[in-house]
Amino acid sequence: MARAVTNQRKTFNTALAWGIGLLIFFPILWTFLTSFKTEAAAIASPPQFLFFNWTTENYGVVLQRSNYFLHFSNSVIISVGSTVIGLLIAVPAAWSMAFVPGKRTKDVLMWMLSTKMLPPVGVLIPIYLIFKSVGLLDSRIGLIIVLTLINLPIIVWMLYTYFKEIPVDILEAARMDGASLRNEIIYVLTPMALPGIASTMLLNIILAWNEAFWTITLTTVNAAPLTTFIASYSSPEGLFYAKLSAASTMAIAPILVMGWFSQKQLVRGLTFGAVK
Amino acid sequence: MGRITLDKVSKSFGDVNVIPPLDLTIDEGEFVVFVGPSGCGKSTLLRLIAGLEDVSGGQIRIDGRDATETAPAKRGLAMVFQSYALYPHMTVRKNIAFPLKMAGMPQAEQDAKIEAAAKVLNLSSYLDRRPGQLSGGQRQRVAIGRAIVREPAAFLFDEPLSNLDAALRVGMRMEISELHEKLKTTMIYVTHDQVEAMTMADKIVVLQAGNIEQVGSPLDLYHSPRNTFVAGFIGSPKMNLIEGPEAAKHDATTIGVRPEHLDVSAASGLWKGRVGVSEHLGSDTFFHVHDTGLTDVMTVRSIGDVAMRHGDTIYLTPQADKIHRFDAAGLRIA
Repeated sequence: MARAVTNQRKTFNTALAWGIGLLIFFPILWTFLTSFKTEAAAIASPPQFLFFNWTTENYGVVLQRSNYFLHFSNSVIISVGSTVIGLLIAVPAAWSMAFVPGKRTKDVLMWMLSTKMLPPVGVLIPIYLIFKSVGLLDSRIGLIIVLTLINLPIIVWMLYTYFKEIPVDILEAARMDGASLRNEIIYVLTPMALPGIASTMLLNIILAWNEAFWTITLTTVNAAPLTTFIASYSSPEGLFYAKLSAASTMAIAPILVMGWFSQKQLVRGLTFGAVK
Repeated sequence: MGRITLDKVSKSFGDVNVIPPLDLTIDEGEFVVFVGPSGCGKSTLLRLIAGLEDVSGGQIRIDGRDATETAPAKRGLAMVFQSYALYPHMTVRKNIAFPLKMAGMPQAEQDAKIEAAAKVLNLSSYLDRRPGQLSGGQRQRVAIGRAIVREPAAFLFDEPLSNLDAALRVGMRMEISELHEKLKTTMIYVTHDQVEAMTMADKIVVLQAGNIEQVGSPLDLYHSPRNTFVAGFIGSPKMNLIEGPEAAKHDATTIGVRPEHLDVSAASGLWKGRVGVSEHLGSDTFFHVHDTGLTDVMTVRSIGDVAMRHGDTIYLTPQADKIHRFDAAGLRIA
């Protein structure tokens, strides 16, 4: 039986949703506001919310002091690169596990997931040493390789669940209708799997963009993405909150905007299979 | 076109033998129904014919050609799935056009065929919709449309009506029979519903555990079931199977009497029992009779509305020429 939703209840729910939403959004909002303050205003007590002298000086300083566009392009190259390579590996892998499962398919999937349970710092030393000896330290290719590998289990799992949702009957129908394997993939499978592939891609770009542990430890200058750029403003000898905030805002803005525009796909990706 | 021969065809999944070697011939233009309880291998058999599963042994010939190793697309057969299996991202028109497009048919020719099929199936006004916007019955028609346009050597139906509600199912049953009359193409139809089998088939193949129990026309199966399994499976309500001394009187291990071949009386008769549940349908009345000492429950079908209530004593007399006799192996005694 459906529960009657009274107006009062509706108002309450709306207020609660806004409250929780603002709570989650607050750190980002605060970072944004702080980035327009002077260093003195940034650490003022009590904190100043909206009524301070707005200034864009921090952005000027940050842009002057570091090469934002180098870091930005590094972030783009690394996140898109690792996502594209990851998809190239994961699509056939997920495909074969979803449609031609073997006896050990489930075990393979669990094994892949288990690699995500290992704390990354546990393999830091070996990977660092390997990277050093093959000359991959502070290189974009090295980061692309690492990020591809650490995100691969998630990509494979997501695609696997998407492909699993495609009824085998439909593929068999295509086969009966005279479609070759190539046509089956072009006309039937890909269009049906496209939303799933798209949301996997988006989620992975975000994961790679935000990945900090490996990017900070394996890069210094040349290949440093935006995560390293932010970290360079947090030093133990006296923090400059306003400049750190300006750097953070500039680092998260692109991905935030992308997330905003692709909300629908993302939500579908995160909750896929949860209902129905 | 459309003669299909199975020659010692067998199928096993790993160690599990689903279909032991089996022979069957389906003649051109025949409407053949594979029927049996779930898990009897009827769908597997259909998928072997379609080529969606590989045979483990034996040969499948379509119109004399060996098709055992031929890809499904090249066998010239069309299949209608239980789940309809329409392409959700294509309109009805594109769904129906898909096999034609795959065959590389010119656009004008495709359009003509689609229009013709849509007309036959009453789909003309839905051609630009997507499957998601159609009802179950309409979706099934689209699936049939997609099969028709190919002009296949034979149609394969895999429980096509089991997702439809009862009223729609009866309607679609007629439409498929009508279609068969019109096209005269071989049709192989899989169902677990013996009513569908009886009403549609030219020839019924009764399967159990991958074995063919009997092949024959619906009335053959009804009048002379080859064994107790077929006797119990074909006919609704089920035949009463009686063992023991009563069967021995007829020189048989088991005797079978259909519910409609038992005469009912409140005063006298051969077997005495007590009325349990009775189902009054107006045209017929079904009685479930207990305490006959023959079987747990006997089912009786009487014409018209018979006034007997729960707990009443009832006398049953089988019609002498309608008693089926079976031996110890369950086989029919002629």
